[in-house]
This record gives sequence, structure tokens and C-alpha cells, in this order.
Amino acid sequence: MELSFSNDQVMVRNMAKEFATKELEPRAAEVDEKGEFPHDSIKKMAELGLLSMTIPEKYGGAGFDFTSLAIAIEEISRACGSTGVICAVHNSLAAWPIVNWGTDAQKEKYLPRMATGELLGAFGLTEPNAGSDPAAMETTAVLKGDKYILNGSKRFITNGGVAGLFIVFARTDPAAGTRGITGFIVERNAKGFTLGKHENLLGLRGTANCELMFDDCEVPVENVLGKVGEGFKVALGTLDVSRIDIGAQAVGIAQAALEKAIAYSKERKQFGKPICEFEMIQAKLAEMATAITAARYLVYYAAHQKDSGKTRFNQESAMCKLFAAETAVNVTREAVQIYGGYGYTKDYPVERYYRDAKCMEIYEGTSEVQKIVIARTLLG
Amino acid sequence: MILNEAHQRFRQELRKFSLEVVAPGANTCDIEGSFVQNNAEALASRGYLGIPWPKDLGGMGLDYMSYAIGVEEVSRVCASTGLTMAAHTSLGTYPIYKFGTKEQKEKYIPRLARGNFLGAFGLTEPNAGSDAAGIESTAKKTDKGYVINGSKRFITSASYAGTVIVAASMDRKLGRKAITCFIAETATPGFKVGTKEKKLGLKGSDTVELVFEDMLLPLDSLLGKEMDGYRIFMETLDGGRISIGAFCLGMAQCALDTMIEWFKERDMTQLEQKALADVATQVQAARQLVYSAAQVKDAGIRADKQCAFAKLFASEVAVWAAGTAIDCIGPLAITDRMPVSRVYRDAKLGEIGEGTSEVMRMIIAKEVLKEAKETC
Repeated sequence: MELSFSNDQVMVRNMAKEFATKELEPRAAEVDEKGEFPHDSIKKMAELGLLSMTIPEKYGGAGFDFTSLAIAIEEISRACGSTGVICAVHNSLAAWPIVNWGTDAQKEKYLPRMATGELLGAFGLTEPNAGSDPAAMETTAVLKGDKYILNGSKRFITNGGVAGLFIVFARTDPAAGTRGITGFIVERNAKGFTLGKHENLLGLRGTANCELMFDDCEVPVENVLGKVGEGFKVALGTLDVSRIDIGAQAVGIAQAALEKAIAYSKERKQFGKPICEFEMIQAKLAEMATAITAARYLVYYAAHQKDSGKTRFNQESAMCKLFAAETAVNVTREAVQIYGGYGYTKDYPVERYYRDAKCMEIYEGTSEVQKIVIARTLLG
Repeated sequence: MILNEAHQRFRQELRKFSLEVVAPGANTCDIEGSFVQNNAEALASRGYLGIPWPKDLGGMGLDYMSYAIGVEEVSRVCASTGLTMAAHTSLGTYPIYKFGTKEQKEKYIPRLARGNFLGAFGLTEPNAGSDAAGIESTAKKTDKGYVINGSKRFITSASYAGTVIVAASMDRKLGRKAITCFIAETATPGFKVGTKEKKLGLKGSDTVELVFEDMLLPLDSLLGKEMDGYRIFMETLDGGRISIGAFCLGMAQCALDTMIEWFKERDMTQLEQKALADVATQVQAARQLVYSAAQVKDAGIRADKQCAFAKLFASEVAVWAAGTAIDCIGPLAITDRMPVSRVYRDAKLGEIGEGTSEVMRMIIAKEVLKEAKETC
């Protein structure tokens, strides 16, 4: 495995970092406090191609590889965790399954508008009674003429409140278990589709996390994504890709926490010297940096597997998501600790990192789920 | 440790009170960031703001063990209310009870114990956190009294307090040897409440900045002796850590309660069994440390090491237990639909307030060595 980046990848990092530092970081506290979706920033990101990273050039996309996407999400999340996940969900959970499983007609119809940000994407898999076990989903889709009629609800959907396009999974054959699930592309204005409760979240509060309600919702048959009955495969295959981005997001947030903690420890004086001169603080910084570096290379390694054309990289993506999310939780907790009482206030961003980090251990598969995925790959 | 019947009864009483009276307002105060006024008044009306003080001073005449149990049970349903209770009792009232003159005790303790007003403790300053001896507020003695200038930060309940114990230096060149403590009535001219902190958690607890501008305190407001303030606040903090340990224990128990409630109606996987077993074990270990610190204190022995054990361990368990509960439950647990997302934010203060975990470790290491030298 090569540990160097291509010119394109370096360019993506510089561009994403400059944009994130200038545009996202100054607003991040406000996005968090108000729980407001950062519409303006998302528009600017579309102009820079950051919403079309996974979309091929022929559909108006930037057509970057997955390492570049991970780099971009890392840099965006370093400035604003909410924006990082908005971008990750749009690129890998919504656009990428259409790129991978969509028909030509679906690609032509949706991808160009997703690339410009006109259509923001979301992914509806989780339900009130189907979290870690998506096979328990209760949403149904019944074929009626040239339409499927969807009934049920989805919960904890990132971008849910603002998206124009939703990848939704429903049961088309209730007797067939995981083989009876089908993926659909559902437009926001589909008849019978409404939004439910907006969640008041611990962290990542600017992500328009929302419930989706389907009440005799009509979806044309041409909007079936992949084959009928193969939705579970689409869902898991998509999560394998997107977990790399959650790993990247976690690395970005942890990196931000480390940088802030280093700067603060040099500035804050107690007992007549900067606190960075105390061994207990030095040990914290050393452990934080070591874990972040390991997490970062697990993320790049997983992305590299995908970029090199491997079809199965579920072990690598689960490992990077598991390790990076736990690293982010530990690192942000220590960053708050280094700041002491000040870290507990909203005068500094570390308390936000602490809240944002915890969410990353939960979505797109909890740490427990990642461990089971990894164990299955080990046991064959 | 097995609690005696009186302690068990007191726990039942506090559990009932907490569920019926304290819990209902907890989420609203957190979301709105509003002070737990109703809960503080309810604590006052039942005498719970003066649990360990003698009855003739308006207290309940109970021991530290009862007080720890009380803070634990209240914090179990609302940590902001638990912290308000702990800061009032251990930091706002204890120094007067322990170091005050007969007149000071008679003047203040009954009113504090009955909750006529809250008591606060002003030690931390912008540049004096872990290094508490580095305080920059000054006290100058004149014929009329002591003139105090300076500021304090992160002071719990001070906007609602009638008295604040203020630490100030009578001679900056002498360091900790010049620190002196005073009982400042908040109505004193020159006493100002500054900015209210916006925080990660404990949003129903009041945390403010204080500013003293030529605040003239009468001569009889001196607490203990001049230049003896460092000893006073260190001993106060040591005892205070029992209640911070109990406060953290309550939050850890809340995380455990949440897990039990969740798993009651579900089949558990083996990993979930592990999570529940580990949290239950750690919470029980934290409880033993908190209660043993209370027991030492009740025996009238200085309990620096035991208090540091309790606070260090219980605070780390609380943060970890809340995180583990969230991991088991999933997305629901990171929304305001469940109290554990609030506990995850609230609990982080336990590792910082009244001495950080790093300070606890310094104290424990020092005490362990000191004991070893004394016994050989």
C-alpha cells in the first residue's frame, strides 16, 4: 500500500481545508446552537464540486475517488461536524447507490441535479423498531399497476428535513425476510410522503435529522433501485462505502479537538507555567495524536481498498468506522478535560466536538454492529 | 457496605420525592437552560438543603451518609438539582458550620439549612483553576472592614445566593499564605453578578461570574482567621468531593436505570449482557467508594484520600456509563426523548468541577505516600 497522495488528492485536501476554515468554521457554533441546516454553506459546497464527489463527470459530477472523498470529509468535519455528515450522506448514501445500482434513466434523471445540489440526498433505512437489525423493518411496498404503494415510517434520517431525494427501503415480500426488501428512489413531492418529528439531537445538530412518514405513498416502478428483492444487498453495500466517510468525519472532529487542545495547553498557565509542561497533559496529547494517526490511516486504507476495485471491503470499512468513532469520543473527552472549566462552556468549541463525536458511535451501525461485521469476516 | 435501616428509609423517602417532585421539570430546565427554581424550593421545604446540620441550627440532624444518599437520589433524576443541593450544602454552608464563630453560625446556618436563600462558594478565578492558590482577588483591611476587589468565575448558584464564601489574598506576594476567607452577603454594595455561563450540560444549574468592586465587608464577616483561608477552602473542597462523588453516582445510576428499563422488554445479546453487567459492577464499586468516604467523614476523620477516590472514580464511571447506555440503545439515546443524552453532557462536569481528575490523582498519590511514611 502506498502512503502518498496523488496530485488530485492533495488538491482536494487544500481546497476543502481552505473552504472549511474560511466558510464553515466561523459558523459552526451557530449551526449547532440553533440546530439550523447550513443551506448557504451547502450551496457553496455544490459550486466547489463537494456534493458530486462520487458522481461521474458524464452526469455533471466531479468524479473523484473515495480516498479524495474521505479527505474532503475529514477537512470539512474538522471545521463543522454537521456539515461533514450532510456531505457524507449526500455523496455516499444517496448519490453513490444510484451511481452503482441505478438504471441509465435514473442516473440521467437524478445525478446531474444531485451534482449541482439542487437535489440533496438522504437515506431511509432505520425505523423505530429496526435499528441495528434493519431486517426487522416494517415499511411495506405493494405493487399496484405501475406504482408501488409505500406505508410505514423511517426515523433518525440525516438531511431528512431538507432533502429532495430519498433512498428508501421497504418490504416488497413480507414472507421472504432479507430477500424481500427493495430499494426505492423517492422524491420529496411524492404523493403520500410527509415529514415527521425533527429530532433534538445531542450533537450534529445542524443535520435536519427527521422522521419520514409514508401513508399510501406512490412511487413509480421505474424508481426501484437495483432489483426487486435485492434492497438489503443495496443497503449493506452502500453502508460499507459510507462507513469510510464516517471514519473520516470522526478523524476530522478528533483532529480539530487535538489542535485546539494543543494550542490551549500552551496558552493556559497554572502553577506558574503553561499546562503543556505537565506530564499528565503531555501524556494525554501524545495518546490523542497516536490514536488519531492510527484512525486516519485505517480510513485511508479502507478507502484505498474501494479505490483499487476490491468488491468486498466490509472488514476494512467497519474497522475504520469502529476505531475512528471511538477515537473521536476519547479524544474529545480529553480535549474538554484539558480545557477544564472553560471546556465545559460554549465559549470554546471542544464541548461541541464532545457531543458530535458521540453521535458517530451510533449512526450507520453502532460500535457493537461494527464488531459483529468484523468478527463475521474473520470467522468466514 | 450494607446500609442500616434508617439510611434505607431515607433513601426510599428521597427516591419517592425525586421521582414525584424533581424529575418532572428536569428536561424542560435542560432544554430552556432555566434554573431549577421549583426543585430548589421543594428541597428547601422538606429540609433537604440542610441534611447534615444539627437540628438546633435548623438542619435535619442527619449524617454525611444520609446527605450522600440524598444527593445521589436527587442527581439520579436531575443532576442540575443535585449539583445545586451539593454546592449549597458542602460549599456554601459547610465552611460556616466548620469554621464560623458562634454568632456567624447562628446568623446564617438556620437560614441556609431551611433554604431561605442559597449559599455559594467563590474560589475559582479566570486565572486560578487547578492552581487555586493563584487567586488574584484582593482583600485590604481598613478600620471599617475589608475591601474586596477582583472577580470569580464558574460560581455555582451565585445569582440565587444570599451568601457567598469569598477567598481573597491579603498580600499577593505571600501566595497561599495570605489567602483569607470571608462570608459575603450578596446584597453588599460592590457585589455584582457578571455573565451567566452557557454550558455543555447542567443547564438547570446556575453558573456565573462574580465581580467585586470595592466591596466593603464588615470586620465580623471574616471566616476563621486572617491568612488561614487556604486551609479552610482545601478542607471544604475535600468534604465537598463526597457530594460530587454522590452526584456522579446518581448520574451513573441513571444510566444503569435507563439500560435496565430498555432491556426489560427485549432479548439481550451477549454483548448487551456484557455492557449491562459491566455498568452495574462499576456503579456498585463507585457507590462503595462514595459511601466509605461518607463513613470516614462521619467518624470525624479527615477524609482527603477517600473523598478523592470517590470523586475520581465516580465521575469517570458516570461519563463512561452514560456513553455505554447510549451505545446499547442507539439513536433514540442521542435525542431529548431519553434522559441519558442529558446525563452524557451533565456527567462530564464531574471530571472537572471541584478539582479535576488530574488534581484528584495528585492528591491521591501524595496521600498514599504520606500514609506509607507515617506507618513505617
